[in-house]
Amino acid sequence: MAQIFHRSANTLSRVTIFGAIFIAGFVLWVIGGIVRSPYVTNQGVHREQPVPFSHQHHVGGLGIDCRYCHTSVETSSFAGIPPTSTCMNCHSQIWTNAEMLAPVRESFQSGRPIVWSRVHRLPDYVHFNHSIHVTKGIGCASCHGPIDRMNLVYQASPLTMEWCLDCHRAPEKFIRPREEVFNMNYVPKNQSVLGPELVKLYGVKNKTHCSACHY
Amino acid sequence: MSKTLNYTEFRSRIGDLRGKEYWRSLEELSRSDAFDDFFQDEFPQQAIPLQKGVGRRDFMKLMGASVAMAGLSACSRPADAIVPYVNQPENFVPGKPIYFASVMPLGGVGTGVLVESHQFRPTKIEGNPEHPSSLGASDAFMQASVLGLYDPDRSQVVRKMGDTATWGDFIGAVQPLLKEAESNGASLRILTQTITSPSLGAQIQSLLALYPGMKWHQWEAVSRDNVREGSRLAFGRYLDTVYDFTAATVVVSLGSDFLGDGPGHLRYARDFMSQRRVRRNTTQSVNRLYAVESGMSSTGSVADHRIAIRPSQMEGVARAILAGLGGGGAQPQLSAEAVAKVQSLIRDLQAHRGTAVVIAGDEQPAVVHALAHAINTQLGSIGTAVRLIESIEVAPVNQLASIQELVRDMESGAVRGLIVLGGNPVFDAPADLNFTRAYEKVPFRAHLSPYYDETSLRSHWHVPETHWLETWGDLRGHDGTVSIAQPLVAPLYNGRSAYEVVGALIGGLDQASYQAVRSYWFGRGATEESWRKWLHDGVIAGSAPQPAVAAASAPPASTATTPAGGIEIELRHDPTIWDGRFANNGWLQELPKPQTKITWDNVLLVGPRTADKLGFTAEERDKLSNNLETRFAEVEYRGVSMRLPIWIVPGHAEDVATIHFGYGRELAGKVGNGVGFNTYPMRFSDALHGGSGARITMAAGPTYPVACTQEHQSIDPKVVGERGIIRSASFEAFQKNPDFAHVGQLGSRPGEHDESLYPDWDYSNNHAWAMVIDTSVCTGCNGCVIACQAENNIPIVGKEEVTREREMHWLRIDRYYRGDPDDPQVFHQPVPCMQCENAPCEPVCPVAATSHSDDGLNDMTYNRCVGTRYCSNNCPYKVRRFNFFHYADYDTPALKPMRNPDVTVRTRGVMEKCTYCVQRINKAKIEAEREGRRVRDGEVVTACQQACPTQAIVFGDMNDKTSHVAQLKAEPTNYALLAELQTRPRTTYLANIRNPNPEITPAVEPDTDHH
Repeated sequence: MAQIFHRSANTLSRVTIFGAIFIAGFVLWVIGGIVRSPYVTNQGVHREQPVPFSHQHHVGGLGIDCRYCHTSVETSSFAGIPPTSTCMNCHSQIWTNAEMLAPVRESFQSGRPIVWSRVHRLPDYVHFNHSIHVTKGIGCASCHGPIDRMNLVYQASPLTMEWCLDCHRAPEKFIRPREEVFNMNYVPKNQSVLGPELVKLYGVKNKTHCSACHY
Repeated sequence: MSKTLNYTEFRSRIGDLRGKEYWRSLEELSRSDAFDDFFQDEFPQQAIPLQKGVGRRDFMKLMGASVAMAGLSACSRPADAIVPYVNQPENFVPGKPIYFASVMPLGGVGTGVLVESHQFRPTKIEGNPEHPSSLGASDAFMQASVLGLYDPDRSQVVRKMGDTATWGDFIGAVQPLLKEAESNGASLRILTQTITSPSLGAQIQSLLALYPGMKWHQWEAVSRDNVREGSRLAFGRYLDTVYDFTAATVVVSLGSDFLGDGPGHLRYARDFMSQRRVRRNTTQSVNRLYAVESGMSSTGSVADHRIAIRPSQMEGVARAILAGLGGGGAQPQLSAEAVAKVQSLIRDLQAHRGTAVVIAGDEQPAVVHALAHAINTQLGSIGTAVRLIESIEVAPVNQLASIQELVRDMESGAVRGLIVLGGNPVFDAPADLNFTRAYEKVPFRAHLSPYYDETSLRSHWHVPETHWLETWGDLRGHDGTVSIAQPLVAPLYNGRSAYEVVGALIGGLDQASYQAVRSYWFGRGATEESWRKWLHDGVIAGSAPQPAVAAASAPPASTATTPAGGIEIELRHDPTIWDGRFANNGWLQELPKPQTKITWDNVLLVGPRTADKLGFTAEERDKLSNNLETRFAEVEYRGVSMRLPIWIVPGHAEDVATIHFGYGRELAGKVGNGVGFNTYPMRFSDALHGGSGARITMAAGPTYPVACTQEHQSIDPKVVGERGIIRSASFEAFQKNPDFAHVGQLGSRPGEHDESLYPDWDYSNNHAWAMVIDTSVCTGCNGCVIACQAENNIPIVGKEEVTREREMHWLRIDRYYRGDPDDPQVFHQPVPCMQCENAPCEPVCPVAATSHSDDGLNDMTYNRCVGTRYCSNNCPYKVRRFNFFHYADYDTPALKPMRNPDVTVRTRGVMEKCTYCVQRINKAKIEAEREGRRVRDGEVVTACQQACPTQAIVFGDMNDKTSHVAQLKAEPTNYALLAELQTRPRTTYLANIRNPNPEITPAVEPDTDHH
């Protein structure tokens, strides 16, 4: 009876068996790549907003401080999204007829809030507190990226746990003086010296235990 | 081992076994094979699915749908919205809760609360530290009322004959009735529950003035008529009694559960227990409590001496005490042993004149109350530990007489219109009055109630009532202090308050509750400034009435009739669902009853001897498939016959059966419908709290499953005694040997026998969170259990799932007995996670979902858990709970705003457990770090600690040697559970110390001679 398989089947089977490890590795690598990709993390995805509010103009151009609108960033877990009245502080005086601002005026008149689209979203089992990060010298830009150059805000960082832990494991690489926290253009001069000093000064601990964020 | 034991064998077994005398149930004592099997299963019946009968077709459908949806959802993540304010309210910081003071009514009496409001959604109730009835503590009803607020089953619309109508329709429909009442006031009636609200009272009075002859009736199923009538017998008028247990050294409870329920019980528990915190330096004597009662109450369970008697014997005991104090020698008709106890009790009272208090239970006959007043007068305690005040009610009446009059007039046709403001009289009026029949003769019937209930169904008009968190109001506390209730949310379901209904009847259509309350107080000298202060503080300072001057008159002549023989019935409101009003509250339904640990049911409670007599012997019980089942008993009582599941309670008086009412609702809502048995038909107007002459027989036929959590997820009974799970001694023994809790116990002191191959983790540079629970002062009230449930978004699972041991409470209260099943000592032991430093759960987790934090917490990371349940298997304390199914209701929109946003809502397949309220720890830590300081002692308060009326739970940083918790850890009575396992639990206990009268031989010798 003739052989069912050709001789080359021997080689093929060996390659397949030994290759399985590499195939499995490759598959894992692909999966790892996918979960870190913007497709899953939404990194860099622009969100359409009811009013095309430009941070580039307001922050970069006009130099309005973050805290003018995000009032609770230093005191609360949530930085706060400004109420319509905050917009109207200025826009009752300037650009009062701008077409772009019609939804703001409409909201202010009718009392119906503006429904903004959330850009940075953490899962429900993670608890993030803005106030403590700001107090410990983590700049807005460290997580939110170059907000002052964003026309429409996008999520600059992947917001994966891996990314959180990069800083929680080595805060000295990212920490900055408290007075520079809201400075969008801060460039560290000598981070390798300054970082550890600030970590000590601010009493920053490497919080990597689960219940620091998950509860 | 013999498989079955009879009662005498039980008793001898207890006598035989030294060091094993603590037990939780009779089954445990008998240690039958069935019980062993049951106990050894970590999760019995775990293979049984949630819904029976999911067929292949259903399975395919479900799977198909899941795959389709999974495919869809993967396409893109839906965008979330952020909706800021248009004008943000002043002082509002998004992400931070605000606390508002208000007051919660129960039985008409208020308890001050602080309500936690997240973005103006109330999520949690705490006691108001400034309110005299609370002092910061809260009970299960207060905690559970957030669930009551959001309950989607609440009535949402005005109904006319069951059909949707409007508030305007109702007002229109009332007008002809009011017209008629102008000429014939007596044709119009209102029926309310007990009212202490001054402004609502004034409103009703002005309504009555508008229609001369109109009558106001009152009825509260949890009747306090005997308290009122007792005070009238003694003082000639209605007076309320307020106790000061800080000034009492000897307390005798005559059937009173003053530590467990009734007006002021939180305050009473705090005050009473403040006098029995035994510490290293305690030299002066601690107080002593005698409880004379039939069924086991919370008060009885912590008493130093408990005398179990039949209800009919209570008057005899009270008379004997009074006579004894006056030198007389009347003997109560009791067993020789009980008589001796009563004699010692009398001598003890005599020795503590001025600081001894006798307190009669609300359910005791009026004459017992009068006798108690006379005894307190004799003892000279009135003015010291007992304070009399004018009644805190607006119009105190004999409510039974009031509703009897109403029924009579309804029957005769004199009543043309009846407006029922709250309450559910069709369900809870005394059975013999036949309230429903009379009610249906009234041509105009309107009912204001939070649910479309039994009474609403039989009314022409139904108006949905606001929850107390939705309306303005005012209420008096147990001592008469007035609090203003402020709403936390606008009515969620179009509810109207009693203020608005009465206001509409007066003619001020759409007069809001706010104006009603405000105008009342502004008419009495309030200013904008004082009003704001009242709202802020939650109390009106100085509004408590001054003590009334009154002397108890000579005790009335005996009215005791000889009981009709047979078994005596004791009728009581249910410990968790009250008179039935909380039947639709799942948290309260699933809350194990303080003494029996039964959930979702009311049963017939009898003592072990009575059960034996009825033929429900150990042999019979052993025939049941497991200890979650019981047999039915047929109760025949005054012509009513009822089948109720029988349940044995150690310590219950002989020949007495306790029956709780409130269950068996037909129109409570989805949760409460058809749960339990309606026992109101046994409630007769001449015997509201029970009577004699009942005949009980065991019924043949099917058994009944009872969801009793007593033996669920508890520590192996075999180790309970041997390893000193409960440790106790008398105060005398403690003084002789303060170290008694450690005598003969292995590794029970920190650092003892604690060698390990592993290097120690250094916690010294961090916080070391720890908890100490003082078992001496725990009354087992359950406040902590529900507080934990509310704080940590713990779901309920339903009766069937409870029978499979799947209840989710992170904190359980283990109840242990010791000694004779007829007269046991009871111990309550709250068991949260021990937060072991060497946690056995951690190394067995294959995915490291449970791990240690650097401040010593045993973290549970839900998003990492894959549900192997190895951790729970390896936990010697059995504190881990597995979420077998989607217990959390993700779908009902009404329940979403109720949840604590600081705690994850767990999904199925995830293990969960007590976290020491890590969200509160983190909050405090962030606060402290922001201010650049360490967390102060007392800054982190766990939910259970905050609720506890007796401050039995203390939490803090063990590393801070000045902290309260560190000081308690240094107490000689401090011990850890199963310390010899070297788990190094952070939760430890203070041994139970009681103060028995040395004259009375204690039932069991103190266990100073352990092994």
